[in-house]
Amino acid sequence: MYLQIMEQIKQKIAVGDWREGDSIPSIRQLAADLSVSVITVKRAYLELEREGVIVTQQGKGSSVAGGSELGARLHEEELESLLDQVARLATLMGLEPAELARRLGDTAGQEPATKRIRKRKAND
Amino acid sequence: MTESAISMRGVRKTYRFFALDDVDLDLPTGHIMGFIGPNGAGKSTAIRILLGLVHQDRGDVRVLGHRMPAGQVAAKWDIGFASEDMRLYDAMTLGWHMRFIASIYPAWDKAYSEMLLKRFGLVPEQKIRGLSHGQRVKAGLLLVLARRPRLLVLDEPTTGLDPVARHEILRELVSVVQDEGRSVLFSSHHTQDVEQISDQITFIDRGRIIDSMDKETYLDRWRRLRMEVPSGARLPVLPGIVKLRQNGHLAIATANAFRPDLPLAYENAGARVQRVETMTLEEIFVANVEQSREEATV
Repeated sequence: MYLQIMEQIKQKIAVGDWREGDSIPSIRQLAADLSVSVITVKRAYLELEREGVIVTQQGKGSSVAGGSELGARLHEEELESLLDQVARLATLMGLEPAELARRLGDTAGQEPATKRIRKRKAND
Repeated sequence: MTESAISMRGVRKTYRFFALDDVDLDLPTGHIMGFIGPNGAGKSTAIRILLGLVHQDRGDVRVLGHRMPAGQVAAKWDIGFASEDMRLYDAMTLGWHMRFIASIYPAWDKAYSEMLLKRFGLVPEQKIRGLSHGQRVKAGLLLVLARRPRLLVLDEPTTGLDPVARHEILRELVSVVQDEGRSVLFSSHHTQDVEQISDQITFIDRGRIIDSMDKETYLDRWRRLRMEVPSGARLPVLPGIVKLRQNGHLAIATANAFRPDLPLAYENAGARVQRVETMTLEEIFVANVEQSREEATV
């Protein structure tokens, strides 16, 4: 569950709702807002701190870390993890790297799949 | 250092067909503890002992600094207890109950009680007789919450409630411990609820505490490894593994003492580890009970 909270916080930072240096809710406050246990939020904050996403100062609470281009870094990480999944699936399906690269190139040149499907449905 | 809201040491209670044996338990102040275990595991007996309603045969019980059962009367002012079979007067209205409790407990918070009425969608003019099961549970909880007790003890507070009512109650429980001086102990079969709001988890089976620790540490110890096994190979049951199931070329190992080097150990034993999955409390619950039952039959 703490992974989900980490994800939500990273998203907030990635989309710019929480900016560098902004202070973020206290652990107990966020726990109450999300209706989850204090210990889960504490764990999420600890891991985020370890990853350098947030900083916590004794008595002053936590804030978004002043790393350079945090949003970009988070996108990079997400891309990496999705590519890992794609690579694993491709191995299972026995796709050659060249074939995989071609399909990835095709997909990148198109509209996102969700839009394509929606459009197709709208045309039906 | 704040002292524990609840501490039980070596508590024993023997009945003819059931015994609570050597129970040790600590609820740190400001925490929510989820108390889980199969039916008949001893949850309600343990709860009644710490409320002083049932006297232990031996062992030390302290609740909010009071020794139980001796300090029962003094402790009662600060403990709010709600169970499924709350005795409310059918012929009286909820408002009558609220005024009644307010006249006994000086700490009754009128503003909070009115806010809870709104949040829970309850009408004070309604007689208890006319309430649905869910409304009755919420009414009972309102009467306990608005007293602002330092310790809330709830026996199955979400049983039989619809998902919306359950979420209302869970939200209220989490907001209670925004005040770090307050603590909650609740028993439940709803592992999802326990997983969501507990800081501490205590697992009891057949009168014995199987595990009692903070939730994140608890969940972190359990993992499921999905592996591919070459033809003819048999995987070993490595230390930390409670269950290994091999079927054809696929194997699933369940770990209750997971270490990061465990997947590598299986790779060295010839397997290809496909995934390492975290487990929900529900899955852990079942694996845990199965394991303790197996040990008992050996």
